[in-house]
Amino acid sequence: MPIDIDIAHVARLARLGLSDEELSGYQAQLGVILDHAARVQEFDTEGVEPTAHPLSMVNAFRPDEVRPSLDRREVLEQSPAHEDGYFRVPPHLETQ
Amino acid sequence: MSYHSLSDASAALRDGSVTSRELTDAALDRASKTEAELHAYLTLDHDGARQSADAADAAFAAGRDSGPFQGIPVAIKDNLVTRGIETTAASQILAGYIPPYDGTAVARLKAQGAVITGKTNLDEFAMGSSTENSAFGPTRNPWNTNRVPGGSSGGSAVAVAAGSALVGLGSDTGGSIRQPAALCGVVGMKPTYGLVSRYGLIAFASSLDQIGPITRTVEDSVAALETLAGHDPLDATSYRGDVPDFRVGFDDGVAGLTIGVVRQLSGEGFEAGVEAAFRRTVDLLSEAGARVVEVSLPSLDVSLSAYYLIAPAECSANLARFDGVRYGLRHDGPTVEEMMTATRADGFGPEVIRRILLGTYALSAGYYDAFYGQAQKVRTKVIQDFEAAYEQADVLVSPTAPTTAFEVGSKTQEPLSMYLSDICTIPSNLAGDPAISVPVGLDDAGLPIGFQVMAPALGEAVMFRVARAVERAVAFEQRPPMLEVWS
Amino acid sequence: MNWEPVIGIEVHVELKTASKMFCGCRVDFGSEPNTNVCPVCLALPGALPVPNEQAIEWIVQIGLALNCTISPQSLFHRKNYFYADLPKNYQISQFDIPVCSGGFLDVVLDGETVRVAINRVHQEEDTGKSIHVGGGGRIHSAEATLLDFNRAGVPLVEVVTEPDIHSPAQARAYAQQLRSVIETLGVSDAKLEEGSMRFDANVSIRPQGDQELGAKVEVKNMNSFRSLERALAYEIVRQTELREDGQRIPQETRHWDEEAGITQGMRSKEGSSDYRYFPEPDLVPIVVSDEQRERIRSTLPELPHERRARYVDFGLDSHAAWVLVSGEDGLAGLFEDAVGLGADPKQVAKWLTGETTAYLRREDATIESRALTAAHLVEMTGMLAAGKLSASAAKEVLTGVLDGEGSPGEVATARDLIQMSDGAAIEVEVDAVLDSNPDALEKIRSGDMKPFGFLVGQVMRATSGKADPKVVNEILRNRASQ
Ligand SMILES: [Mg+2]
Ligand SMILES: [Zn+2]
Repeated sequence: MPIDIDIAHVARLARLGLSDEELSGYQAQLGVILDHAARVQEFDTEGVEPTAHPLSMVNAFRPDEVRPSLDRREVLEQSPAHEDGYFRVPPHLETQ
Repeated sequence: MSYHSLSDASAALRDGSVTSRELTDAALDRASKTEAELHAYLTLDHDGARQSADAADAAFAAGRDSGPFQGIPVAIKDNLVTRGIETTAASQILAGYIPPYDGTAVARLKAQGAVITGKTNLDEFAMGSSTENSAFGPTRNPWNTNRVPGGSSGGSAVAVAAGSALVGLGSDTGGSIRQPAALCGVVGMKPTYGLVSRYGLIAFASSLDQIGPITRTVEDSVAALETLAGHDPLDATSYRGDVPDFRVGFDDGVAGLTIGVVRQLSGEGFEAGVEAAFRRTVDLLSEAGARVVEVSLPSLDVSLSAYYLIAPAECSANLARFDGVRYGLRHDGPTVEEMMTATRADGFGPEVIRRILLGTYALSAGYYDAFYGQAQKVRTKVIQDFEAAYEQADVLVSPTAPTTAFEVGSKTQEPLSMYLSDICTIPSNLAGDPAISVPVGLDDAGLPIGFQVMAPALGEAVMFRVARAVERAVAFEQRPPMLEVWS
Repeated sequence: MNWEPVIGIEVHVELKTASKMFCGCRVDFGSEPNTNVCPVCLALPGALPVPNEQAIEWIVQIGLALNCTISPQSLFHRKNYFYADLPKNYQISQFDIPVCSGGFLDVVLDGETVRVAINRVHQEEDTGKSIHVGGGGRIHSAEATLLDFNRAGVPLVEVVTEPDIHSPAQARAYAQQLRSVIETLGVSDAKLEEGSMRFDANVSIRPQGDQELGAKVEVKNMNSFRSLERALAYEIVRQTELREDGQRIPQETRHWDEEAGITQGMRSKEGSSDYRYFPEPDLVPIVVSDEQRERIRSTLPELPHERRARYVDFGLDSHAAWVLVSGEDGLAGLFEDAVGLGADPKQVAKWLTGETTAYLRREDATIESRALTAAHLVEMTGMLAAGKLSASAAKEVLTGVLDGEGSPGEVATARDLIQMSDGAAIEVEVDAVLDSNPDALEKIRSGDMKPFGFLVGQVMRATSGKADPKVVNEILRNRASQ
């Protein structure tokens, strides 16, 4: 089955700023891979439950206890930009 | 001076015939001679290693013994975070990143007084089977430097094979420990999912990733797993039961055990040399008293397709955090959205981008059921197939990889053919079961061949027992020829 | 045409656990920025989430209090979207199997009860906070965004209604009554001003009688009950005008601008969002056993509707009972204490829901910050019953007590508000008035009641208004019948 991928939309969802050539390259490669991957659809899984996880564990919790946080200086040192104890990023666009 | 294994070195440290400083200097010296050609390491921590070695020697002198890793040089795959040591997962997006904490596996090694030699190369974010997808250049196979070492834990496998560490830590999502171990002639094992904490492992595919050791011997693999395994409250998927005794019957041989040969893992696509070595080993096990049966894993073929949906889907979310906001690379832009978009496109290599796109697509509206949802059902089938096979056999065996080490650059243009080379190792990740690769010989080109032993969940003891029997029966003792030059 | 508004409300409640949802960082909103952060809540490479057991216990409590079914097994999912204040760029939330589903909350509005169906109650985590700087601090002209991740990963419970609400007033009443449930459970600070409770509303309109739902508009950023009500009222008018004008309502997210009193569309490059939900592989399912559920149920405190029913049994009408239960903090406690000390429930309720509530709103004060005690209420209602205070004097006395001037007796004395209820003293005054108005008494005796009121007025005047009018009436009637 031919797989039609809106590659620009997928790249947008994944926040990957790719050029048109890059996009069409990936589109072709993904088509090949997905053609192979689509074989999962031919497999009869009638009545089979999905497995999200190899473990059959449940209820892995932690008690509500405060543990030490990181040193802010050490954290901010790793950041591309910071100011007054905050991480600094360019402005949002989304609101009018 | 050279010690073959962790257990040799560990004994020598304790009888005073060597110091940790001597072992460590020897490993670093080996690295300084081989790295230009092999590039196993992304970071060598000479100073830190020597300090740890001296601390270990002081501990021995004071009569303190924290366990088998005290004073042992260990190489850590660079997707395991190490406090104070640059950790990049071989990606530009993390170039220069210094983590403020140690992952649990690293912390357990350090608690025993292990010496961290440095951080080893890998396919970017562990995505690959050749260690060619590193943003900082490929690693080469010490048996033949025109060949890949396998991947993604290629750096750790090479460090152990080349003697610049006695033990390497790797991570295995679809074979990333076992396949490079096979291609480099060393032992690599992936534990039962949940047995070793993933805390501090930079996630590729969370439901498949496991940390495990790359060693020279099966005995060392057991010792390493004994150190690494155990519940970790920082990992909700960490196994909470008692860690089983991995040494039950370890030296008892295979008499009385049933070995299942997986029918689908032979024939087309498998090199003759690989098949021959595999058959020879099965015969040796049979001669040693094992009953050999053929078993079938009908879903095996389609399991590869499932894997190449599940792993990218999980990675598409796991790698979303690399956005230029809090750490790592940033490419500035007029808005935060443009900053993120530019940062990610520049920071990730093509294989990573390919998988993120694939996973994003497989999860997106309208495709989830057909791709991701269906793949999760196939996963159930794989588990059921394994369960049925384990009713007939105590362990399953196969070649670790269909081929020996391929030439650098030979598959990079064809992602799908690279993916297909993981066919033997992927099923154990989907099932969450343990598996180990043991070297069993060389092909005509002098390249190592690995033999894989798979066992049911928490069946490490029987897996090690069979692996140990293979190791004894085969007595693989060759070393990469290039090492002769420097030894 | 008549348009019917259809409203569904999503409420995010921040739980007041000691530590965050998936890590051990302290939950504390007064801290310096980025001081309550760790590898997990900053999404550093390699970190993994582990859920807070207390949060799970509390969401079950909330679900039970809202009459929900508790799923025997539920799952966390990843909700994928990129936003700078969301460190992992996915939120750990719940999708197809939340902890609680299918409940309801009975909402009392103007004495009537409306049942609002609850679709689900699920567990998730909060984001960090953005501050927009430069260009005057307004979002659209910000030059940079500063990020503080202290709030990232704080446990959130999201309560989602069915589209069951049909007016802004109902929406407000629902939100208030939900808050009162949360407050009673003690699982959240439930402070709107501090953002520990936040509302989003989905609004559409449809021709009265239609069953189909119109395109839904999501309205965000309402941070008080009043703004919730105002925003909905605005949005309903806006949509109605568009529809009457023959226009289509686009499905979108709109932002309530409190100052301008309008909703505004959010400009976004992304069309409809695609969250790519999938089961969170770092976590395992949550199982709530029957025993655990019943244990939690047995420890639920008295819920607002139960308390309201008990107050109605005291003889209060349902409105007064409701105001006490869900009104200003601390009123119900005072009420119960005063009744416990023997005061008349109806009287105490009247003074608390009336004058006291009005005072607190006027002064923008809390009851805790004022000196009024249960004993004061007992004393004041006793003085009223004994005729020592007139109703208007009582108002003044109550204000004085709330202002901290002393007990009701002290305030009444100091302000000279004690009513003359001593019959003998009033008789003297009545007789003096009658002496100076002999005709009046004659008229009354002959059946003409007109001068009666005049005589009462004269006595009140003679006593500077302090005579108890009831007693004055009684004495006058006595004299007339003699
Ligand atoms: Mg939400
Ligand atoms: Zn934290």
